[in-house]
Amino acid sequence: MTAEVLARSPLQDRSDDLAAVAGELVPFLAQVDLRVDPAHAELAPYPLPLEANTAWHDRDRSVLWLGPDEWLVLSSGGSAQAVVHELTTAFGGTHHSVVDVSANRVALALTGDDRVDLLSHVCPIDLDPRAWGPGRCAQTMLGRAQVILFERNGSTPILVRPSFADYVVDLLREVRRVTGDVGA
Amino acid sequence: MSGRRLPESGNRIDRSRSIRFTFDGNGYEGFEGDTLASALLANGVDVVCRSPILGRPRGVYSAGIEEPSAFVEVREPWFEPIVPATMVNLVDGLDASGRPGVGVLPADPPSPKPGVHRHAHVDVLVIGHGRAGSESAAEAFGAPGSQRILVVDRLPWFEARESGVRTLPRTTALGIYDDGFVVLHERGTAYDTLWHVRAGRVVLATGAHERPIAFANDDLPGVMLAGALARYVRDHGVLPGERAVLFTTNDSTAAVADTLTSAGAVIAAVVDVREGWSVAAAEGTTSVSAVRLVGPGGETRTVAADVVGVSGGWNPAIQLARAIGVGLRFDEELATYVPDGTGPEWLMIVGEAAGDGLPATDAFWYSPADDLSTHFVDLQRDQTVQDVLDAVEGGLRSVEHVKRATYIGTAIDQGRTSGTLTAEIVNDALGMALGAQGPTSARPPVVPLPFSVLAGIERGPALLDPVRTTPMHGAHVEHGAVFENVGQWKRPRYFPRDEEDLDDALARECVAVRTTAAALDASTLGKIEVVGPDAGVFLDRMYTNRMSNVAVGSIRYGLMLGFDGMVFDDGVAMRLAEDRYLVTTTTGGAAPVLDRFEEWLQTEWPELRVYCTSVTEQWAVIAVGGPGASGIVRTIGTDVDLSAASFPWMTWREGTVAGVPCRICRVSFTGELSFELHVSAWHGHHVWDAVLDAGAVPYGTEAMHLLRAEKGYIIVGQDTDGTVTPDDLGMGWIVNPSKGDFVGKRSLVRPDTMRPDRKQLVGVITDDAGLLLAEGTQLVAESGTGATPGPGVGHVTSSYRSPTLGRTFALALVSGGRELIGERVFTLGRTEPIPLRIVDPVLYDREDERRDG
Amino acid sequence: MLLIRCPWCGPRDEIEFRYGGQAGLTYPTEPEALSDEEWADYLFLRDNPKGPFHERWFHTAGCRRWFNAVRDTATHRFVGTYRIGEEPPA
Repeated sequence: MTAEVLARSPLQDRSDDLAAVAGELVPFLAQVDLRVDPAHAELAPYPLPLEANTAWHDRDRSVLWLGPDEWLVLSSGGSAQAVVHELTTAFGGTHHSVVDVSANRVALALTGDDRVDLLSHVCPIDLDPRAWGPGRCAQTMLGRAQVILFERNGSTPILVRPSFADYVVDLLREVRRVTGDVGA
Repeated sequence: MSGRRLPESGNRIDRSRSIRFTFDGNGYEGFEGDTLASALLANGVDVVCRSPILGRPRGVYSAGIEEPSAFVEVREPWFEPIVPATMVNLVDGLDASGRPGVGVLPADPPSPKPGVHRHAHVDVLVIGHGRAGSESAAEAFGAPGSQRILVVDRLPWFEARESGVRTLPRTTALGIYDDGFVVLHERGTAYDTLWHVRAGRVVLATGAHERPIAFANDDLPGVMLAGALARYVRDHGVLPGERAVLFTTNDSTAAVADTLTSAGAVIAAVVDVREGWSVAAAEGTTSVSAVRLVGPGGETRTVAADVVGVSGGWNPAIQLARAIGVGLRFDEELATYVPDGTGPEWLMIVGEAAGDGLPATDAFWYSPADDLSTHFVDLQRDQTVQDVLDAVEGGLRSVEHVKRATYIGTAIDQGRTSGTLTAEIVNDALGMALGAQGPTSARPPVVPLPFSVLAGIERGPALLDPVRTTPMHGAHVEHGAVFENVGQWKRPRYFPRDEEDLDDALARECVAVRTTAAALDASTLGKIEVVGPDAGVFLDRMYTNRMSNVAVGSIRYGLMLGFDGMVFDDGVAMRLAEDRYLVTTTTGGAAPVLDRFEEWLQTEWPELRVYCTSVTEQWAVIAVGGPGASGIVRTIGTDVDLSAASFPWMTWREGTVAGVPCRICRVSFTGELSFELHVSAWHGHHVWDAVLDAGAVPYGTEAMHLLRAEKGYIIVGQDTDGTVTPDDLGMGWIVNPSKGDFVGKRSLVRPDTMRPDRKQLVGVITDDAGLLLAEGTQLVAESGTGATPGPGVGHVTSSYRSPTLGRTFALALVSGGRELIGERVFTLGRTEPIPLRIVDPVLYDREDERRDG
Repeated sequence: MLLIRCPWCGPRDEIEFRYGGQAGLTYPTEPEALSDEEWADYLFLRDNPKGPFHERWFHTAGCRRWFNAVRDTATHRFVGTYRIGEEPPA
């Protein structure tokens, strides 16, 4: 059997609980952590956002700002190896770090219309349309777990370390169990 | 007192919605919009509960959160052990009973009401929707930078004037904190919400609380705050009594009198201190039946009455503001304390809370009498004017000290009705001016709330503290593992088979590691990629030993110290490439070590070209150990040559195992031949299953601890505690003397770290090979075993029963221990000293012959 | 719950940060040249003013940057936050 077939994703047995909070697993999302001096950003094969907590997206790649010299590059449906290769090639002549972290965080996405309401029960950042929307990302907490959030049209993907993933699902599930399916 | 429901009036009640409730076992009726207090008054209930210390009958005293008298326990629909009746909204099926001041938890408490927490960010938060509050909200709305306005009030229903303003009814503010952070408690129908609000500006429009005047038997049911009498008529259509005496210092009682007479009550007397009259005493057994008055010339009169409305004046309700730094000044005309304009610039106090619109008031605190022992000042604490004067007589001069001595102001109302009164009685008794000392301040929560609301959904175990598991957790559960907590992680402690207990399983697992092959899930260890041309230089500065000369393909064990030279963490560094290392840490050290790396790189050495990235959960780690370890790895399938000649100890190889990519590391924590398989966390479960299918015996942390201790290997945090240096551990060899500076180096040559009597790591064995010492056992020299034991010379850090050695053994930190190897040391048994011997800490395979298999 | 203005992420709740003690303490370039008293001063002695204090913060749950701040120890108010290497606010 191939390595892909032998792989297990965190949360692969939690689809019912995820569905109960209008969420879904995005299994095996390719994620690569890039660290390089922002002065060299233009060497990248795609735009690296320079404004804090913003993201760039196109069909095959997303780039999330994590810090002044750190980005998370995502590839939905693609391989981490491809991302590692293109970044290593692009920054070959400069001091940089490219690390495959695809298994280091699991991706789930909230898609319900009430997802901001749901998140407001466990997340301390300002999610008002003035401060949050497509093109934004943030590293923050959901309850006691550190997460990365970003916003696409119609969904809020959440990246969380696998060891905290069950806790995050349990947390969201418990909020909805108490408040009912649609928040007041 | 005989309260009754009026045929009309009552702004807050809905007479079309009748509600049945039970109080003290009796069934009653009320209306939607009633509080339990208003409904009890409407049903003629005088005595609600008994006072906590003196057991005196107590009834409804106020109409709000300042209630110091009528406390109840609610059982249905939700359990609350102690709450003022004025704060209980009447709901269908309510079942409550009167409490003494101290609540008692039932042995098997029913479930409390569910609660959640919620965050909100607003531009303006208005606390209180009275006249001033609603005006503030309307003013703020539409002003630049004020798009998000939230108004809260404890009323069950209200509407803001502007439709864009958000409202939260049934909500009280519990505390105001730095930078406009306010915590609110919303009492919803199905559940409560604890709001964490960050507001750009906060408007405090909480109004004012009426305060009483003290007189004899002023705690008798039927004695109430005057304004409350009118509120019950207006808000709930309830007349608390038929014949009222009003005792006042100001003009606010004129409106009260009008309201009462319009409702059909008779004003038996208006007793105005400004005309020289005062109430000397309320009379009655369990409720007011008469009131004795004293005139300016000392003449007395007794009038029949069933309710007394008292108005000593009005105190701005600024409990929330004082904790955030708002000061008070005494206003002579109002005879009360008002905010003095200090405090944070984002906080505004408006309306009566600022003192605006309060009536001119004569300062009058209590009716003079020879016997002041029933002049209650703090009803919930059963404290009287006499108690205050006794405290002053006893030598206390400060209001703060009087509070601690009498407990006045420490009950649920936190001094709303008693604080100003007490302060002025103290000032007067000391011959100080009015307002010389102000009342003590309230602390958040300024309105009480159940613990269940504070907890919200964070209930143990899993939602209070996350339970972290490895990718192989499901397999461990299937295997019947018994888990232990390592920080937030669940790690298998042992894998009992059949009816094994811990000792049996432990012995079997250790034997398996030493004689056949066994596997440990080591995935929780911290892992950090350290990348850049200066990675080696950086690690040289972080560790005691040199990492920059580790060859690519090799692994080196290292210690990290604190500034003070004490062992902070340990781990191995694997050189992956010229400019790339993978560093491991202890399980608990993963975050602290990464944080420390970033701290040094960002704040001290930004010129170093190094980047760190956490990969702790990128990799699952399976340690396969034992003489049969290479057989296991070959059985699951690998393309790596595992022979010792080709794969030396402390090196790594990249290839595949069980069909998936793997980095294999030859490191050993047990002293046996050992291969650590580092695979993608996505493949961890698959490889673990394969390893066990191949015949490896799963072992847990208990066996791991025992096996490493036989080799004298330390566990940071078990054999170290932040006060232990490398030399203390006999690991002076790990401090490279020829390398440059590293964190902690200078501290290793401090007087304290060079003392000859420092505690050093040694082994300790008992004469009785079956006696197991407890970890933490204190050790003494022979001279210390006499009638007065001590001093202590050390303690046991790790202790086990070893199947390999066929006896118990321990590791210990003993003062000057290395010089004492071979000598005796003792511990104190129950009846006599227990003799022990100090030995070398390495008790198994001193020559490391086992590790190549 | 302080509101802390991270120089990159903007205002966030205190719970996302870790306090880093006094700012401006440079690691000595030659620790071995210091006497035991001087080294102990560097290890353990810190200023403790009532009023504006120069201190460090670490945005642990956010961008994971260290930065400096001037904050009044009596009122808790931040005078300002600034990146390492920048000038402190007046």
